[in-house]
Parts: sequence; C-alpha cells; structure tokens
Amino acid sequence: MNDPVTSQSMSGLLRDLRSLADVSAPVGLRAATLVAAGLADGYAEVATPVGPLYMAYNARGISAVNLSGDDTTFERMFAQRFGRPARRVAALPPALSRAVEAAIRGERPHRLTFDLSSVSEFERKVLLKALEIPRGQVRPYAWVAREIGHPKAVRAVGTALAKNPIPLLIPCHRVVRSDGHLGRYSLGDDAMKGKLLQAEGLNPAEVETLAERGVRFIGSDTTRIYCFPSCQHAQRIAPRHRVTFTSADAAAREGYRPCHACRPAV
Amino acid sequence: MNDTQLADQLATDLSRAFERCMETYQPRVYAFALRLTAQPQDAEEIAQDTFVRAYRALAGYAPERIRTLRLRPWLFQIALNIARNRLRSHRAREASLDDGDEALANWFSVPDSEQPEAIAERSERQRELAGRVRALPEHFRIAVLLRFVADLSYMEISELLGKPEGTVKAHVHRGIVMLRESLVRVPDEVR
Repeated sequence: MNDPVTSQSMSGLLRDLRSLADVSAPVGLRAATLVAAGLADGYAEVATPVGPLYMAYNARGISAVNLSGDDTTFERMFAQRFGRPARRVAALPPALSRAVEAAIRGERPHRLTFDLSSVSEFERKVLLKALEIPRGQVRPYAWVAREIGHPKAVRAVGTALAKNPIPLLIPCHRVVRSDGHLGRYSLGDDAMKGKLLQAEGLNPAEVETLAERGVRFIGSDTTRIYCFPSCQHAQRIAPRHRVTFTSADAAAREGYRPCHACRPAV
Repeated sequence: MNDTQLADQLATDLSRAFERCMETYQPRVYAFALRLTAQPQDAEEIAQDTFVRAYRALAGYAPERIRTLRLRPWLFQIALNIARNRLRSHRAREASLDDGDEALANWFSVPDSEQPEAIAERSERQRELAGRVRALPEHFRIAVLLRFVADLSYMEISELLGKPEGTVKAHVHRGIVMLRESLVRVPDEVR
C-alpha cells in the first residue's frame, strides 16, 4: 500500500498540522469585515439605466452614488467628503442589492434605506421630500421649498439637491426649475436629467415645450382642479377638457382648486 | 511587529491600527475556523464576526486595558466562542428544522462568486489530514487546532479553555495519537 503518510515521522505530522494554517483567506474578507465593523463603507459597481454607477453602503443603507470609473478617485472623493474610507467589494450585499434593483424599477422604494448622516437637517428635509415625488413626474424647486416649510429658501433647495450624495436613488432629477425647464443635474451632465426622466416615462421635450409656452399648470374643465403637468391626474385629462394656466393665481381666478396629489398650491 | 507593539498601536489609534491587526491575524483565524468547521462559508463568517466583535470590544476598552491585552489568545478566544455557538445552533437546527432555511441571509456576507475555488489544498496529504482532524472528537480537535494552527502556547490554551495545563497537553497528545492512528491505516483494522 502506497500511503504517503504511513512512513511519516512524528515531527512530519506536527509539521503537517502546522501547515493546516497555510490557507489564503477569501478575497474581499478583509474589506467585508471593515464594512461590517463600521470602519469603512463598502462600494461596488451597479448597472443602472444610465450606465454603471458606484454605490457605497454601510449598516444604515446606501451612503453614496457616483459615476463609476477609477476606484482611487472615488475612494479619495469619498474619504474627503465623508471622513471615512470606502472599500471596494465584489457586489452589494444581496438584500441591499435587491432593494436597489427594485427601487430603480420603481417598486417598493421604501425598502431602501439611506445613510444621510453627513447632510444638514435642512438638506435632509429637501432630500426626503424629493423621495416623495412619484416616478416619471417633476416638481419645481419652489414646490420643495414650500413643502418643507421654507418657502423662501428656493436657492438653498437647489444647492441641497446639487449636493445630493445619493443621486438617482434619491431622485433629485425629479426637481426642476420653477419656470418648468429641466435645469441642471449633478450626475454626469444636464442631459442626463432628461434621459433619466425619459427612462421613467416622462417626455422631456414636452416638458420643455410647455415651459417655452409659459404653461405651468394643467386643469380639467370638468373637475375644475389644476395640477402640475406631469401629475398622474393631469396626464389623464382628455384633450377637449384640458385647460392650461400660467400661474396659480390665474387658475384660482377662474375658480380652479389645486390638486391634492401634486399640491401645485396650498 | 509583535503583539505588544500592535496592542500599543491599537490603544493609541484604534481605527487606524485595527486594519493592521486584521492583516496580522485574520488569515490565521480564518484557517482555524476552516479547520474547525470544514465549511468555507462558515469559516468566512466566523473570521468576519471575530473581528467585528473584537473591534466593538476594543472600542469600549480603556487604552491601558488594550495595551495589556494579549491579542492572539484573545482573538482566538472570540473566534472559538463564535464557532462553538454556531456549531451548537447548527446541531439544533439540523435536529429541529428542515433544510432550505436560507432566510437569514447575512447582510454583510461576501457573495458566493467571491469564494476562492473552495479550499485549494496544498497537497493531497494536507487534504487528508484536514479530514482526519475534522473527524476528531470536538475537544481534542479544538486543543490540537489551538496548538498548531492558532499557534498558542499550552499556558495560553489552558487559560483560554479554562482547563489545567496538564489536561490541555493530554488532549493535544491524545489528538495527535488518534490522528497518527487514523493516518497509519493498519491493514488489520477492518477485522
């Protein structure tokens, strides 16, 4: 019998026992441990309708979304902005990954949690309000300002949205200029905003055309209710009953009341 | 860098030094857990959990306490506790539940795709020996692994297990004898 162990000496056995320690730990174990211990955020590349994006996460949820590209650049940006390191992992944890995919499809967005600990109280209010805007619809900056109880802080709302650490998943792309034009966007370029909205079922060209014509609101002459043009109720108004308004005052003068769903005015 | 220097760094700047601590000890803790459980997925979770708990504990310790900590036995103590709890709950689950209960998917676990080709053993002999170790009675297996894989002294193992040094030595010795016997397949053992 040719058993290699038969002839082994005691010292050989002890050496072999010690060699049982010679295994390489799995790739990514250290990064995953640092993330689990809260010493770093993990991040991975995630495929989205606008191409691959980096998404960072920790125990609280998603902490950052950015254009993907160079790991070193992202890690430097992350450390600078959040004051803690980010480590590349192979993929988001399965449960989180499923929640992200569902949220991108527009399903069960409340399943997704975010780490907004790095933003101010005001910024948090702005971002949470943006989360309430339904997929495929847009609201003006002034609407966000009014809704969060700071009607005069329109410019600050714009700044807060421009600093959104979690674009796409917190849909700052659904907030547009008060004149109806789409306005600026921080993820990639301004054109990305239109692309994102188009992917959600909104027609960006139509939005811009209405804005050109000065149309801010659309009403129905049967219900005498007016809405933001992208509100699901406005979309359902038959062309022959459709009326347009250039201001809330104009609508009010004709006896129209604001829609309860999109709240164009209160 | 030795244990004392590392403990000193941990006491001074925990979050900065902790990764070095992982660099130094996590591969060995993983190896220990792997040899104990023979399950790469379990070993990975134990190795991760050990350092998450170690970090949380250290974060609550005063610097003087961290400085006097003997890191290696302390870390293996944590690893062993986690592994034992898991072995116990595995047994309980096997006894009470049908399989397919994957509901408790660990949020932080590394996805399967990232696993190396299971355990690429250095040699057939290593694989054979690992299998024999796995077959040892649990307290012999733990004693042998703490001695040779964790590389702890008999005194450290004695403190860690809360058993007299003589008992630990006897367990390690008995384990080795059993391994030898099982490896040297005596032809008449089938009789």
